[in-house]
Amino acid sequence: MAKVKGSVTVNTERCKGCDLCVVACPSEVLELTNEVNSKGYNFARVKNPDECTGCANCGYVCPDGCITVYQIKI
Amino acid sequence: MAEEVKLMKGNEAIAHAAIRYGTDGYFGYPITPQSEIMETLMDEKPWETTGMVVLQAESEIAAINMLYGGAACGKRVMTSSSSPGISLKQEGISYMAGAELPALIVNVMRGGPGLGTIQPSQADYFQAVKGGGHGDYRLITLAPASVQEMADHVALAFDLAFKYNNPAMILADGVIGQMMEKVILPEQRPRKTEEEIRREQTWATLGKTKDRKPNIITSLELDSSIMEHNNIRFQNKYKQIEENEVIFEELLCDDAEYLIVAFGSAARISQKAVELAREEGMKVGLFRPVTLWPFPKKRLKSYSEKIKGILTVELNAGQMVEDVRLAVECKVPVNHYGRLGGIVPTPDEVVEELMKLK
Amino acid sequence: METLELDIVKQENLIYEKPRLMNDNPMHYCPGCSHGVVHKLIAEVIDEMGMEEKTIGIAPVGCAVFAYNYLDIDWIEAAHGRAPAVATAVKRLNPNKMVFTYQGDGDLAAIGTAETIHACNRGENIVIVFINNAIYGMTGGQMAPTTLLDMQTSTCPYGRKVELNGYPLKISDLLALLDGTCLVTRQAVHTATAVRRAKRTLRKAFENSMARKGTSVVEFVSNCPSGWKLTPEQANQWMIKNMFPKYPLGDLKDI
Repeated sequence: MAKVKGSVTVNTERCKGCDLCVVACPSEVLELTNEVNSKGYNFARVKNPDECTGCANCGYVCPDGCITVYQIKI
Repeated sequence: MAEEVKLMKGNEAIAHAAIRYGTDGYFGYPITPQSEIMETLMDEKPWETTGMVVLQAESEIAAINMLYGGAACGKRVMTSSSSPGISLKQEGISYMAGAELPALIVNVMRGGPGLGTIQPSQADYFQAVKGGGHGDYRLITLAPASVQEMADHVALAFDLAFKYNNPAMILADGVIGQMMEKVILPEQRPRKTEEEIRREQTWATLGKTKDRKPNIITSLELDSSIMEHNNIRFQNKYKQIEENEVIFEELLCDDAEYLIVAFGSAARISQKAVELAREEGMKVGLFRPVTLWPFPKKRLKSYSEKIKGILTVELNAGQMVEDVRLAVECKVPVNHYGRLGGIVPTPDEVVEELMKLK
Repeated sequence: METLELDIVKQENLIYEKPRLMNDNPMHYCPGCSHGVVHKLIAEVIDEMGMEEKTIGIAPVGCAVFAYNYLDIDWIEAAHGRAPAVATAVKRLNPNKMVFTYQGDGDLAAIGTAETIHACNRGENIVIVFINNAIYGMTGGQMAPTTLLDMQTSTCPYGRKVELNGYPLKISDLLALLDGTCLVTRQAVHTATAVRRAKRTLRKAFENSMARKGTSVVEFVSNCPSGWKLTPEQANQWMIKNMFPKYPLGDLKDI
């Protein structure tokens, strides 16, 4: 079975820290930081990049279009 | 269709003139005494000839908001109603003024307030020229006094509305709407193509092409400083309209010692009263504002040094009389004579009132 | 691993990003609000159908009043509740355009009920996107016609009571009864699966409008974390537990 590997990038300035991407990720790739962006939100960032399969669930549920997802077959 | 001479009602003339002007859409809701407008349009089936859309809406509110949508697309759209229905349209008219959209609204006035009566009245003067809806806006208001003018004012109202991106109203009454007269209908003009609209109304929401930013039609602006700027722009536009678009008609005013000021059907009655008064040796002239807003205040002011008194004749309790008094700056006595609730005065009654000016 | 990651982040490996028609203006919606996801879906569907230059959106009064600031298409901002009337004229005067309204529960199911029902009954060839979060978000959390019984809002602080406020209005059920509608469906965007399903349905709705099949109504049962005074995830869970039983997801009509 072909394996897939993914990668996500988060537009941390646009992120409002709603946490829905963190909840949606089946592999615990994302987390909310303790840091804040210029609007004062604890933004999402990648915690476990190795676990990402590129399923894009985080992207689908992100209300603000902050997430970009890439995927390759390996 | 070539130019044609016909005998018809004022309401029917509006419908025929609308088709011949190349109007894109009519949206309305039936109400007496103007239902012949939509009935005539439905009977004529212009969608088969010019492509004009005619739709009976579920309410006057829906109809005026259909106008808002059509006008946003740069289309020539119109509605018609009578007093109670026009009250329902006020929100939409305010939105169109705020979004700077051109459209034509016809009010064939009936007696009020409330459900009132179905007989003729001119009691919506204040509503038309002083606002009606909320906010600092002006409505271009035309007052036809004949079936011919009912037809002619369709083109005039659309032309002014599109020149200034502002709604315009034909403020007729039940007399003008219902009476039959000879009318010369203009030849058919083509409707504007989408390409023409995109060129002339660059703000129209016809779909965002790659060469421009999205067009957004809105009256909303939460930033007060920008909203004030918008309002100042509107006011400057209104000043321009007041400078350039005043229309009035004068009858026997040159040697007049007294003036009747009247519009619409009241002006027709007053015309006969002028005749009768002159037979009795009273030098009376008739001044008929055709545009109620912009009001011909400069011209009226010019009479204030020359005449002894003014009588306004209106089918209401005294509305335009206030604008006449403002125009002559109280330098001349200005009386008002009006009948209410759908009663139309006779020329003799008007002459009797004229005599009181002496 | 670092090098592998760099290899992945390439244009040819891109599988998901913010829709092209959604611009960079920060959206004013509260964190976690469903509006943003629905905006994205509309942007994607318009783009994928190649209808960018032919689409006209009608924005409501309510939380989505500024929808026109976020999607780069032509927009008309309608008076409260009147979007279906506005859309009616836009579509009838421009039959080759793709026209949709975007309305909340107050706009569509309270003040604009008449316009909604009659546009649907005439079978206007438009799409009505309906966001139902059972509360008035923009004005600060007042009762909506769709507010659930016993649900607290600022104008029913002790919970909605039948004697005072009547029942939650299942307006989509009502619209499904009308002969003019061809598709009436209830969707949600709280999970990736739901989002994918909703997008397919939304595309069908837009296709219906261009195929002149009649009116398509796509209700999104939505959250309102701020109005409900919950975190976004709690709001989604509350929605599943309380909203879905009253407003079950799925197609009410699809012909």
